[in-house]
This record gives sequence, C-alpha cells and structure tokens, in this order.
Amino acid sequence: MTHPPNVRTAPQPAPAHAPVLPPAHVPGGPAGRGAWAEGRRRLRAAATTEPGRLQIIGAVLAALVVAFGAVTVLEVSSRATATDDVVTRSQPLTADAASIYRSLADADTAASSGFLAGAEEPRAVAERYDRDIALASRLLVKAATNAGSSSESGQQIAELNEALPRYTALIETARANNRLGRPLGGAYLRFANEQMSRDLLPAAQKLYDAETARLQQDDDDARFWPVLSTAAGVVAIGALLWAQRRNYRRTNRVFNHGLLVATAASTVLLLWLAVGHTVARAQLTDADRHGQQSLKVLGDARINSLKARANENLTVVARGAVLTDDGKSDKYETDYTAGMNRLGEQLHLAQRLADDSAGRDPVDAAVRAVSEWQERHKDVTRTDRAGDYDGVVRKVIGAKGSTGESFDKVDAALEKALAHEQREFTAAAKDARGALSGLPLGAAVLGVLGAAGAVLGINRRLSEYR
Amino acid sequence: MTDSEARPGRRRTLRGWGGVAGMAAACALTAAVTLLPLSHGDVLTHGAGQGVASALPVKDDTCEDPEASLTPSGADGPTIAAIKERGKLIVGVDQNSYRWGYRNPVGGGLEGFDIDLARAIADDIVGSPDAVIFRAIPTNQRIAALENGTVDIVVRTMTISCGRIKQVAFSTAYFQAGQQVLASKSSSITGYDKSLAGKRVCSAEGSTAYEALERDSFGATFKDEHDGQPADEDLYTVPNQLDCLVRLQQGLVDAIVTDNALAAGQAAQDPAVELKGDAPFTTEYYGVATKLGNDDLVRRVNQVLVEYRKGPWKKAYDKWLAADLPGITGPPQAKYRAG
Repeated sequence: MTHPPNVRTAPQPAPAHAPVLPPAHVPGGPAGRGAWAEGRRRLRAAATTEPGRLQIIGAVLAALVVAFGAVTVLEVSSRATATDDVVTRSQPLTADAASIYRSLADADTAASSGFLAGAEEPRAVAERYDRDIALASRLLVKAATNAGSSSESGQQIAELNEALPRYTALIETARANNRLGRPLGGAYLRFANEQMSRDLLPAAQKLYDAETARLQQDDDDARFWPVLSTAAGVVAIGALLWAQRRNYRRTNRVFNHGLLVATAASTVLLLWLAVGHTVARAQLTDADRHGQQSLKVLGDARINSLKARANENLTVVARGAVLTDDGKSDKYETDYTAGMNRLGEQLHLAQRLADDSAGRDPVDAAVRAVSEWQERHKDVTRTDRAGDYDGVVRKVIGAKGSTGESFDKVDAALEKALAHEQREFTAAAKDARGALSGLPLGAAVLGVLGAAGAVLGINRRLSEYR
Repeated sequence: MTDSEARPGRRRTLRGWGGVAGMAAACALTAAVTLLPLSHGDVLTHGAGQGVASALPVKDDTCEDPEASLTPSGADGPTIAAIKERGKLIVGVDQNSYRWGYRNPVGGGLEGFDIDLARAIADDIVGSPDAVIFRAIPTNQRIAALENGTVDIVVRTMTISCGRIKQVAFSTAYFQAGQQVLASKSSSITGYDKSLAGKRVCSAEGSTAYEALERDSFGATFKDEHDGQPADEDLYTVPNQLDCLVRLQQGLVDAIVTDNALAAGQAAQDPAVELKGDAPFTTEYYGVATKLGNDDLVRRVNQVLVEYRKGPWKKAYDKWLAADLPGITGPPQAKYRAG
C-alpha cells in the first residue's frame, strides 16, 4: 500500500498549481474538526469552477486506478498463495497421509506373509516389514510438524503414535512364539491384525480424510473468483470512460493521451486478471479431475489389494480358527473375497478416470494381475479343501505361480499408476500457479501506470486554464 | 479349537418309559412355548416354560451314551480295502492345537497326542506309522471333509456329541476331557467357584465354556458389550480358545474357561499359567470320527484303540500331556453298543 502517496505526488510536478486540494486530503491536523470543515468548504468552493472540478476528477480517477491495482495485488496474491499451498503443502501432506495408511497395511501384510514361511521369516519379507514401519514413523513425525496438536489431524497422529508401538510389540511377541514353535504365535498375529484393522487403519483413514479436507479447502480458496478486483476494475474503467466522454463533450477533442493510457492499462489488467484466473482455475480443475481423483481411487485400490492379501495370508495362518458371525464360513476368506470385489470396482473406476495411455496401461496391467490372482486363489482354495497344507503355502507365498506373485504384480502396477497420476497432478497444479505468477507484480505496475496516466491527462487539461 | 457348538449334558436317568414320558413332556412344552406368543396374557408362564424346557431333553441332539461305539473287529471291509490299496491312510488333523495336533514351525512337521494316535491306526491298517497323509482341516470343515471323502478319519480333539453321531460315526472314546479354569499361577482364582467373583473371564464364542458361564458365572464378567454384532469387542468372548491366552498375557482378562485338554496346550505355551481346581466341572469324550456307514473302519479303529489303551496311550500321555495335565491315570473305558 505504498503506491498512493507516490501516485499522488509524482504526477504533480508543480504543486503550486493545485493549492486547493491537499488540505482536503489531510484531515485531522492540529486544528482538528475546524480544519476538516475548512477543507469541505474549500472543496465545495473548488467544485464550482472547472479547474477545481478537474482537479477533483483527476484525484478520484487516480485513486480508483490505484485501488484497482492494489486490490488485484492483494487478491491475486492470496489466490497464488492458496495455489502454492495446494502444490507444496496440502497435496504432499495428503499423499503422505495416504502413504502412512499404505505402509501400515503393507506392514501387516508382510508380517502375515513372513509367518506362513515358518519359524524363519524370509529376509526380504522381514525387511519389507521394517521399511514399512520406519516409513510410517517418519511420515507421522513429518505430518505432526504440519498439524496442530488440537486439530483433527493432530489427534489422529497422536493416536497412531500410541497404537503403532503396541502393534509392533504384538508382532514381535507373535514372532517370538512362532520361533519357539508355539501356535500362540498365530493367535498373537491375529490379535495384532485386529489392532491394525480396529485402531491403526481407521486413525490413518481419518488423518487422510482431514488432509484431504485441507487440500479441498486450499483448492477452493485458490479457485474463488477475485470478485473485489473485478468490481474495482469495472468501476475504474467506467470512471475513465466517463471522464473521457466528459472531456470530449467540453473540448471536442477525441483523445486525451493520459486518460487513454490509464484506460488501456486498466483494461489490460482486467483482462489479464480474468484470463489468468480462468486458466488457473482450469488447471486446478484438471489437477483435481485427472490427478487427485485418480490418486484417491488408485490409493483406495492399493489399500484393498493389501488388505485382501493380508486376509489371504491369515486364512492360511488361522486355518478356520475364526469364523464369520453366522459360523458358516471362514472370516478371513470372506474378508478376502469382499476386499477383492472392492479392488475390482476401484480399478474399473480408475480405468474410466485415466485420461491417457500412460495412465491407463498400468491400471490395465493391474486388472490383468487381479484376475490372475483370483484364478490362482481358486486353485489355493481347491488345494486347501484337499488338505494339502504345504501345497497351499507354496501356492500362496511361493516365488513362481503363487498368489503372492500376482499380488506383487498388482502392487507394482498400482505404484506405477499412482506415480503417473501424481506427476499429472503436480504438473497441472504448477501450471495453475504459473498462470498467476506475474499477475501481482503486473497489477502493481499497471496500477501505477494507469494512475499516472490519469493524473497527467487531467493536468494537461488543467494547464489550459493557466 | 475343539468345539464351537453346543454340547448338552447327557442324561442317563431318562430310560425306558421314563424316557418316553420325558420326551412327551418335552414335546408338550415345546409346543406350549412355541404357541404361547399367540396368547398375550401368559408372559410369566412363558418365561417359566422356557426355563423348564431348557432343563429337559427337548433338543433333538440329546441322546443316551453317544460315546458307545461299535464292537471292535480286526476284519477287513470295503473301506479298509480301499485304504490298503491306496497304501496311505488319510487323516484330518488340527495344526493349531499345541500338544494335540500342531505344526512345529521348526521342521514343519505335525506332532502331538492326536498325531501319535493317527500313526498307530495307520500302522495297524497299512503296516507303517508313516503310511499316512495328514490333512490340516479347519474346525468347520471336519464333518464336510469326512462326508466328501477328503479324509478317511478325523483325529482332531473332536468331542463325541449326540448332534454329531447323526452326521459322522465315532470310535470309542480315547480321551476324557472337561471344562476347567485356567489362570496365572499367582492368581487368587481357585477354580470354577466363588473366587471368580469380580474377575474378567475369557471363553470362546458359542463354546461349552461360555454356556457354563451363562448358567453360572459366580459374578465374573464374561460377556462383551456388543457380542454377535459387527462392533463385537472380542475381549471376553473370542473366536478361538487360544485367543484367550493372548488376552490373559496382555492383562486384559484374569482367567480362561476352556476344555482342560486344550487348556493344557495353553499352559504348555506359558509356564506362568496353570489349571485351577482339582477336576473339570463337565465331562466330554474325544473320539476318532469316520464317515457314517463305514462300519468296518469304525470297528477297526476300535480294535486299534483296544491295544492302544494298554500301553501306547500312557506313553503318548506322558510325552505330550502329563506335564500340564497331570493326574490322569489312564484312558476312558471303552463303551460298546449292540449291533
């Protein structure tokens, strides 16, 4: 807001020519109310003469153009900040929350896979579990620094921080018992899985929802049309046109260069504002439709594939020890089937959301891997019915031809698709930010230019009265 | 896991005309209970009627001496011939019951009291204790596996009950078990008695133990707030008896009520817990199950059991169970029925 004084003084090379005006603009001096009344009296006196009227018009025009520039600077800066928040803060935090959820679910899956292999957990599986837990812990710390402790996110983070060590402790107890050859290990594993699905994953889900809401808020803020700037622009241009029309009527001169420059500057700024913000909105819409929505659906699909895999493993670990509420079927097998159905639906949706082949190909690959997984699972069920436990274990966690292999394919394809959509999102959101990038500075320059033009144009007319 | 279904007590008092009269009374009561909701005025009688009904043998899975089996015989029949031709006996077993049938993660082999018995049967029929294929079958698949021929016999801590003898054929009883209380050695709980007052007790959902607690819990907490609903806490009533040990170790419950045979398996996995009370407060028998109608196989298994009771039984008991289930002097007496 340092522009108005400059504007008012700069275009007045000879203040002596306008001795009437300054007091009117400096109310509340030492004389207090008397000076204010004196100013009004002088203003009223000035309005009776043409030079006085011109001086007033010049001042008002300059003020309007400057206000237009200033409001635009403010509004566009706040839109640009919101867009920047989308790109650099809220979307990465949403992605982090999704990663926390995924790594927790992945750790649970890895733990159950490791169990199937026997007393000695395969090294790769143990490492995967460790990596998942480490990643979740790291991301929780990062998320905590960005969330106030009283916010929804903060509460969920606190809950996750409490529940995660409990979960890992249960997994370690399960491992220790398993190593000792005690079936109790399997019971601990199921207990840990229950904690995961009852406490940890719902908290991670709420964290994700809270971060998504924040992203939505930033996105809405960035999209909100700059109403004040637009209105200020229309008023300023309208006033300039009126002044030029008045000028033409009185002097019969078509052009006043100063006022013309002011009108041009204001019009350019208004158009820039409209186009820039429209483009930014379009890019944000694009980021949402082609990036964020796909990211959400793919993220959900990945979670469901992880849950289905954990349930498939637990079916083999629990061996019918846990039944559904009606007591007719195996709980884990039922949960597996439900998870796979949801996975199928989400992949179908992701296929429809994918807008280019780079996005569609990995999703198609995931769909193929899912049907392979389901085919192989049927074979596992047949082997299981035949009571061939070793065969079941081989077909579930074996290196070749196992459901584990199909699951890995699904996971890899979804990771690829997610990375693609993340790139799409970031690119579109950065374009949105780019569309607004020069606008604040441009608004300031054009505002000053326009105000200068208005004052110069009016001064030119004033000089004719000298 | 042995059982998730109801095991009503056997009533040996209802014999002859008494039994017929009892059944008649039961039928009348059942009819009365079923029809009562039609007459709104008799709410009190309704409640009383149900109480009496549950005390009488109205359920059709109540019978006399279900553990009485066919007389033993070493003769071959069509089922045994098929097994011999195959050269392997296929046995359905558990792999999560410590000391009974469980997969030792070190080495991956199955072992336990049930496994030893299955090997003895294979030895007798096919000629080698190793001529056996073990198939780990879930609890809810035991009967189906026999019916569709996936396995020849099931040796899987399977309780002989009146309901089941209509679906599968049982051998004579090879083990007598019963419900008992398990708690920490330092606990003040002394058994299924007043010492349970104010304690938190865990049992498997729908198990005999749970039914016993429902009849008399001595003031213990044993129900989850949302049992049978999606929000089920699975804290005091759990899907599997072994889950109770997890909760006990985690300090979430004070005691467990379960089959003493399985409780012994739990105690073997945690030296800090022990069976409380001198003896189980119910009586149940484990039997080897075969497909209904395979009489030659039932008689043959009974023949094996005759020999098994004489020595190998004690050896297996000493090896797997004596440490945690002491005080059992021998196998239950075989009971046979005519025909």
